[in-house]
Amino acid sequence: MNKNILDKIKVETLTANPELNEPHKNLHEKEVRVVLKNCDIINPENINHYIAKDGYFAINQILTGMSQEDVIKVVSDSGLRGRGGGGFPTGRKWNFAYKNENDTKYIICNADEGDPGAFMDRSVLEKDPHSILEGMIIAGFAIGAETGFIYVRAEYPLAAERLQKAIDDALELNILGENIFGTKFNFKIEIRLGAGAFVCGEETALIASIEGNRGMSKNKPPYPAIEGLYGKPTIINNVETLANISQIILKGSKWFRSFGTEKSPGTKVFALAGKIKNTGLIEVPMGITLGEIIHDIGRGVGNKRKFKAVLTGGPSGGCLTEKHLDQEVDFDTLVALGSMMGSGGMIVLDDHDCMVDIAKFYLDFSVDESCGKCTPCREGTIQLYKLLEKITNGEGTIADLDKLKKLSKAVKKTSLCGLGMTAPNPILSTLEHFYDEYLAHVTHKVCPASSCRGLIEKYIIQDNCVGCTICAKRCPVQCITGERKGLHVIDQDACIQCGECFASCNFDAIITK
Amino acid sequence: MSIYVLEEQLNEFKIEVIDKYRDTKSPLMQILQESQKRYGCVPVEVQEFISKEMNITTAKINGVVSFYSMFSLKPSGRHILGVCTGTACYVKGASRLVERVEALLDTEYGSTTEDGCFTLAHTRCVGDCAQAPVIMVNDEFNGKVTSDDIPKIIARHRGKNCKK
Ligand SMILES: Cc1cc2nc3c(=O)[nH]c(=O)nc-3n(C[C@H](O)[C@H](O)[C@H](O)COP(=O)(O)O)c2cc1C
Ligand code: SF4
Ligand code: SF4
Ligand code: SF4
Repeated sequence: MNKNILDKIKVETLTANPELNEPHKNLHEKEVRVVLKNCDIINPENINHYIAKDGYFAINQILTGMSQEDVIKVVSDSGLRGRGGGGFPTGRKWNFAYKNENDTKYIICNADEGDPGAFMDRSVLEKDPHSILEGMIIAGFAIGAETGFIYVRAEYPLAAERLQKAIDDALELNILGENIFGTKFNFKIEIRLGAGAFVCGEETALIASIEGNRGMSKNKPPYPAIEGLYGKPTIINNVETLANISQIILKGSKWFRSFGTEKSPGTKVFALAGKIKNTGLIEVPMGITLGEIIHDIGRGVGNKRKFKAVLTGGPSGGCLTEKHLDQEVDFDTLVALGSMMGSGGMIVLDDHDCMVDIAKFYLDFSVDESCGKCTPCREGTIQLYKLLEKITNGEGTIADLDKLKKLSKAVKKTSLCGLGMTAPNPILSTLEHFYDEYLAHVTHKVCPASSCRGLIEKYIIQDNCVGCTICAKRCPVQCITGERKGLHVIDQDACIQCGECFASCNFDAIITK
Repeated sequence: MSIYVLEEQLNEFKIEVIDKYRDTKSPLMQILQESQKRYGCVPVEVQEFISKEMNITTAKINGVVSFYSMFSLKPSGRHILGVCTGTACYVKGASRLVERVEALLDTEYGSTTEDGCFTLAHTRCVGDCAQAPVIMVNDEFNGKVTSDDIPKIIARHRGKNCKK
């Protein structure tokens, strides 16, 4: 394998498949494709397609004339920050591992994508697997590692399958394996499957899992770049981080910095979901405003409902509201606003969603996923959950709100790993932005969003019912009657207060008491 | 104690799985995953067998099996039905779907129906949030599900491979 062969494959593939040069369809004018540039364009199971889109030219360029320091310098200059949530500068991390001399080092791609509500990494893994391999090979060269692992969450079998095919094809062309491109550089990649544990997305737990242990976190320092997998210097990078690398090498750090902000250069992929018209993945320059994402690209909440908040950062993050719509979205602004970027999931909520209930949902998740190693997280999250449950059931008091805040802060401060340190964030953030809603639950015993069933006595259909029959169809106990186009009525004796009718009426004809 | 994996199967497991991983570094997770894939579980007899063959204590093996939610001690029902309860599905009403499924199948989340036809599996985000709410039946994907779709989904699978 050499540059001439790459060129030949590229030209031949493009001649045979001119559609590979076509632009993405239906892109919003505010979107930019860097990470997703090949997704839905190339056939992910065909290595020649990847090469046709300049794939593996970056590693070729590196192996025919760049030093390890050169590579680290370009990545550092680009300002690329880790897309797995923390936003740590990638070049700096690589430099730690490079400087830490050792005859064995490892590269790990974190493809655990545990945030429920995020699906960016999945797309890249399934639709452009070679871009991850190339990022890992480059990282391996930069720090002096010969082995890489991709830790894929068990829920993504197709991703694992495509990655394996990509690895096999790259081996065949000697882009992986020994003496890559005829040089002295060797690199191999193996896949490891997760087994359903969110905490394994945390880097030290992930390492424990690859080592065949319970996925429990460890104290840091030492950081993995110093002492990681099998005690060796290890770089762990997120999928999206790695997908940026080859293009930064090919096009340069200046090009990369032409997108995004000074402190958060480049683009970010977001997964829009929840109460928003245009759901799906978008890729936008960092620094775009929240309003542009929600209203221009996402086209708002639809269904006559009102935008209420957007959740970012998943179970570690918080919420942003109407008053934040003008804010620029990047790593630092989101943290300053009490949320965080996380991996890029954005769940939009409307006026039917209760913020206390959402906080409870996330705490339930954290209780389930706490690895149990340290007490503040293991016990603290349970206590926090119970307080929230009490409030949503209408049994909370004002004193509980204080308790909630104090305990949240204590858990944050004293937990051992990122899971516990961030698990209370959804509570603190909703308390800050929606304190009135908490108050309504504890003082007036009402849920302003009509969502908490413990606070709802009955559902009533009002005169503005247009008789669309949807609620009658969805009612699990068939206790709603009415003619098509006629007023519908609920048989209160038979009703089990499930709330299905309330959620399904598109005409605001159902109220709660 | 019920036995889910027979002697002959264990011998086959040794040749086809364990021997393959003998030279791999930390192969435990992969071996357990093979058991889960082949038998739908990692029962005690398999754990003991791995312990003997690989010289790993049963305590360690059991610790790993119990830590990860993908491993189970008993095989599941014919069909695994999971209502995704990731954040997007949750705000789109997944908890009501869960209640509906539980009521229709007369069983609780995490357990198997009496006729062995369905196991209701805890499912946390399948990564298809744009299609929320989502119900998975085995590998079959159902997106934008409404509560009145559920009886149809269940009926469709009841028919397949189920006595009742
Ligand atoms: C509880 C927890 C879960 C995490 N889950 C993920 C994950 O699913 N994917 C990921 O890339 N990083 C995850 N991280 C962050 C990783 O620990 C690590 O910082 C990241 O993979 C580093 O890669 P990056 O520098 O490229 O972002 C998680 C962290 C914590 C504390
Ligand atoms: S903070 Fe939670 S997840 Fe992290 S080590 Fe402690 S118990 Fe485990
Ligand atoms: S709350 Fe549930 S049971 Fe009662 S009328 Fe509405 S859909 Fe039917
Ligand atoms: S869904 Fe709303 S508008 Fe339609 S019949 Fe029911 S109450 Fe009336």
